[in-house]
Amino acid sequence: MPQPQNQPSTPLAPAHPPRIVVIGNGMVGHRLVEQLQAQANDTAFQITVICEETRLAYDRVHLSSHFDDPAPDLALATAARYEEGGVQVIYGKAHGVDTAQKTIQVNDQTIHYDALVFATGSFPFVPPIPGRDAPGCFVYRTLDDLEQIRDAARNAKSGVVIGGGLLGLEAAGALQKLGLTTHVVEFAPQLMPAQLDAEGGQTLRRTIEAMGIGVHVGKSTSEVTLDAAGHVSGLAFADGGTLEADLVVFSAGIRPRDDLARESGLALGERGGIVIDDTCRTSAPDVYAVGECALHDGRIYGLVAPGYNMAKVAAANILHGLGLSDAPATFTGADLSTKLKLLGVEVGSFGDAKGVTEGCRTVSLSDNVRGTYSKLVLSADGLRVLGGLLVGDTARYNDLLDLALSGTPLTVPPETLIVPPLPGGAAIPVSTNTLICSCENVRADAVCAAIGDGARDIKALKSCTGAGTGCGGCVPSLHGLLQSELRRLGETVSNHLCEHFPYSRQELFDLIRVRGYRAWDDVLAAHGTGLGCEVCKPAVGSILASLHGEYVLKPQHAPLQDTNDAFLANIQKNGTYSVMPRVPGGEITADGLIAIGEVARNFGLYCKITGGQRIDLLGAQRDDLPAIWAELIAAGFESGHAYGKSLRTIKSCVGSTWCRYGVQDSTTLAIRLELRYRGLRSPHKLKSGVSGCTRECAEARSKDFGIIATEAGWNLYVGGNGGVTPKHALLLAEGLDEATLTRTIDRYLMFYIRTADRLQRTSAWLEGLEGGLDYLRGVIMDDSLGLCADLDAAMDQHVGSYEDEWAAALADPATPARFRTFVNADTRDTGLQWVEERGQLRPAFAHELTQGLTPLPMAGGDD
Amino acid sequence: MTLNLNTLPNPPLPSWQRICALADILPGLGVCALVGGRQIAVFHVAGQVYAVGNRDPFTGADVISRGLTGSYLKDSQERPKVASPLLKHAFDLETGQALDHADMTLPTYPARVEGGEVWIGLVD
Ligand code: SRM
Ligand SMILES: Cc1cc2nc3c(=O)[nH]c(=O)nc-3n(C[C@H](O)[C@H](O)[C@H](O)COP(=O)(O)OP(=O)(O)OC[C@H]3O[C@@H](n4cnc5c(N)ncnc54)[C@H](O)[C@@H]3O)c2cc1C
Ligand code: SF4
Ligand code: FES
Repeated sequence: MPQPQNQPSTPLAPAHPPRIVVIGNGMVGHRLVEQLQAQANDTAFQITVICEETRLAYDRVHLSSHFDDPAPDLALATAARYEEGGVQVIYGKAHGVDTAQKTIQVNDQTIHYDALVFATGSFPFVPPIPGRDAPGCFVYRTLDDLEQIRDAARNAKSGVVIGGGLLGLEAAGALQKLGLTTHVVEFAPQLMPAQLDAEGGQTLRRTIEAMGIGVHVGKSTSEVTLDAAGHVSGLAFADGGTLEADLVVFSAGIRPRDDLARESGLALGERGGIVIDDTCRTSAPDVYAVGECALHDGRIYGLVAPGYNMAKVAAANILHGLGLSDAPATFTGADLSTKLKLLGVEVGSFGDAKGVTEGCRTVSLSDNVRGTYSKLVLSADGLRVLGGLLVGDTARYNDLLDLALSGTPLTVPPETLIVPPLPGGAAIPVSTNTLICSCENVRADAVCAAIGDGARDIKALKSCTGAGTGCGGCVPSLHGLLQSELRRLGETVSNHLCEHFPYSRQELFDLIRVRGYRAWDDVLAAHGTGLGCEVCKPAVGSILASLHGEYVLKPQHAPLQDTNDAFLANIQKNGTYSVMPRVPGGEITADGLIAIGEVARNFGLYCKITGGQRIDLLGAQRDDLPAIWAELIAAGFESGHAYGKSLRTIKSCVGSTWCRYGVQDSTTLAIRLELRYRGLRSPHKLKSGVSGCTRECAEARSKDFGIIATEAGWNLYVGGNGGVTPKHALLLAEGLDEATLTRTIDRYLMFYIRTADRLQRTSAWLEGLEGGLDYLRGVIMDDSLGLCADLDAAMDQHVGSYEDEWAAALADPATPARFRTFVNADTRDTGLQWVEERGQLRPAFAHELTQGLTPLPMAGGDD
Repeated sequence: MTLNLNTLPNPPLPSWQRICALADILPGLGVCALVGGRQIAVFHVAGQVYAVGNRDPFTGADVISRGLTGSYLKDSQERPKVASPLLKHAFDLETGQALDHADMTLPTYPARVEGGEVWIGLVD
């Protein structure tokens, strides 16, 4: 072999592929290995797994089936497959992590790591009561635990499980299977207190007792009693009672295995758990944690699906950190809805199962004959399912979970959703199978089936169901259904903007903000692929506009704008445009009305009073737009931004100035706010209203932010809208003075702009916000994220840099050329046909034409 | 069902005709040219010019030149496209083929740049 020419004089560390060390080979640790192998070429790195148990990863979720006959093979990993993939396995318990030197010890080996992952899971909590270490006491976590229980059961007649939660009941089932007289003891006054309410616990208890298992709730165990030989003989309770048993299984909750992390100096939660951020990184460089040992956003997930999710995210970020992939990922929490079969009893709990939402209502059905209990938690208006419980019969779990996740308004009385099928008849038809796309007549079931068959984005859904290919108005619903269905299937939901940018809108917003890009070309070159498209271009255009407030028709921004923004007017079905000057708060002078009327007459425009308290002038040809605006601006008007994803109108009522009920001046406030937020570009349009008293004539509660006057000050409501899925805005704060109100709205809007998805109205954004309204209140009113100064500065910048776009367009020498109809001729558009109706002109309908044009389907539009 | 609303007759075009200066079309954007009574959308995308019919066959409106341009992946190749501003139907800029509807197309015309001028050619 030829020698390298320039041998360095000092020996370098041998070039080796980076080493990733995974502590723990449980369900999640194993998934992480698989994800690493799947996400990159596995010769580019070296994986070492440290495995404390005597066998490689197995399916802990189905642990109890180990007692089935024949016992199934629960193995998830095999030595052969690890070897084949070049994964090195070291059996033993890891210790001695040195995060500065990047080493870890196991047995008496010291191993260097480039990335380290804690996947150490959790251990069963054993309450500190006398006798708990005696022979005959067990926990229920590993296959070894089960082997020991099986051996002990050979010489035992009765067993008791301490803990009536999910795992405790599973353990009780196992003891019964082993032929023991079985009891369950629970400290709380009911079974499964974490998931069920009292009535649900009662139903479950009856069913379990009917199986011959003794249930003792509301019992505090004070001691494990021992016989003369020091072996378990039973339990003694705080209330003086006793229970005989030869064998005790503790199942009183789990605790994260964070001892090694603590010794290593990693940050832990107050009540344990290794603190991780959204990228699954711990407080030490290149050290990650996943699964039940990890504490994310104050939460430990005792379920495997969120752990799998973390494994996927951590793998992506580890590879990214090692320079082996360019796509980082984030973990943003998980839904805790669950459906299980315990001791043959089906139990389901989803959404807000315990009814903690303020003002919520419930409908329940407790059926002692069938042994079932069903409860629905409904929104205050009774129109939406927020969550629920099902005990004994979970046949409708999926439908109800869908209803809760999608927030679809109910079309049937809620009680019909939980009554059992009529004898001999079919179940009462429950339309969770709602019509999604009215253009193509596609229902939810068809969409879900397509997702089940592998469709993973809107494009795929469009091509296999046809939904969304008509007017496009249903695309947001389609998107929502896709997200909730994927979440239900336990899959990570890709929120990538489009095929050109592997980022969510929020991620892209942050990249653009932090790196300070000011032009599309730079953003595309640094983070995108191809030439972009009609999705990412306007999204980036909107982000740049939100951040820098520059004139949107500058040459570097112009190619990003949808036609509405490109011509600062709304395109109509025949290709002409509408013109809508701003009328702040809906207040307009007689002279203003006359001026608008004159413009309309001069240019032959159709006039209509809009639903937003202003006047729409329709049918303008593109090449007339500059002249129309020159006249409007001369009369004191400015752009109303009816074309942009930006602030539309702030509706007002006449308020205390005129109305005999008004308690504050709603009109003045609406005008001030409209002038403050005019021109603010946002992920979707923004609407607002201000009412002078609780009679709410301005319909403030159907707005993205609405303000209602009270004697004590202004009440602020957020997250409402009309449109496709109407939502009432929720009360964020009461009795505010104008300065506080304004600052609160500033921050609300800026936080929304930074974190919402593309085309996500505030209501959908708020619903998706983990922690909901309380969290929002924390962020913008108590500064829980330390963001407020930043948000305030961003809004001040917007207010300071506002300019009327139409005035800017008229001052721009490029404008006349841009608005010409033809690049090579001065003629006007040849293809337009008009009909006179009720004294005005409107576009001709197809049947009115000889050449056979038919009308285009009109509805919202997905832009 | 989607109706093909592109019902205009196709009169023969004159041979190569100068449309405008390349500088008149901002990169990434399109303009509309009137050629022999026919509206033709001309785009300047990634250094190339493309000419297609201006009428959106899905809606019957003359709007294609006002669409957003971009690219899409086909057989792992980036191809140029334009999305109609009305209902966002997308078309391949080179072939005129609608991306989600096999039976819908835009007419296409040869286009070239010579000495900084954009020319459109005759079809037949
Ligand atoms: C003109 C107007 C109807 C009217 O004649 O009164 C109107 C017209 C349009 N609406 Fe609207 N909406 C108008 C008030 C409303 C209202 C009522 C309101 O604001 O008080 C609503 C329900 C309230 C809401 O938004 O929460 C409304 C819900 C929508 C929606 C559905 C939004 C949603 O989140 O579901 C769309 C579609 C969209 O934005 O994607 C839409 C989209 C549109 C578009 C922009 C469709 C389009 O893309 O071409 C229409 C533009 C026509 C034009 O060029 O002027 N319009 N639209 C109203 C203009 C108000 C204004 O002064 O700015
Ligand atoms: C009986 C039972 C039933 C369950 N049923 C369900 C269910 O129905 N649905 C559901 O979602 N979840 C269920 N779970 C929970 C699920 O099993 C866990 O969420 C999942 O196993 C967590 O995976 P993990 O990798 O984080 O932890 P674990 O699977 O516990 O793996 C951690 C591994 O790390 C090892 N380890 C710890 N410290 C070290 C060290 N210092 N060195 C080396 N190795 C170490 C441990 O020995 C262990 O093997 C159930 C659990 C049990 C016990
Ligand atoms: S909301 Fe109250 S103050 Fe305003 S107009 Fe209605 S009744 Fe009057
Ligand atoms: S409602 Fe689905 S495309 Fe119109």
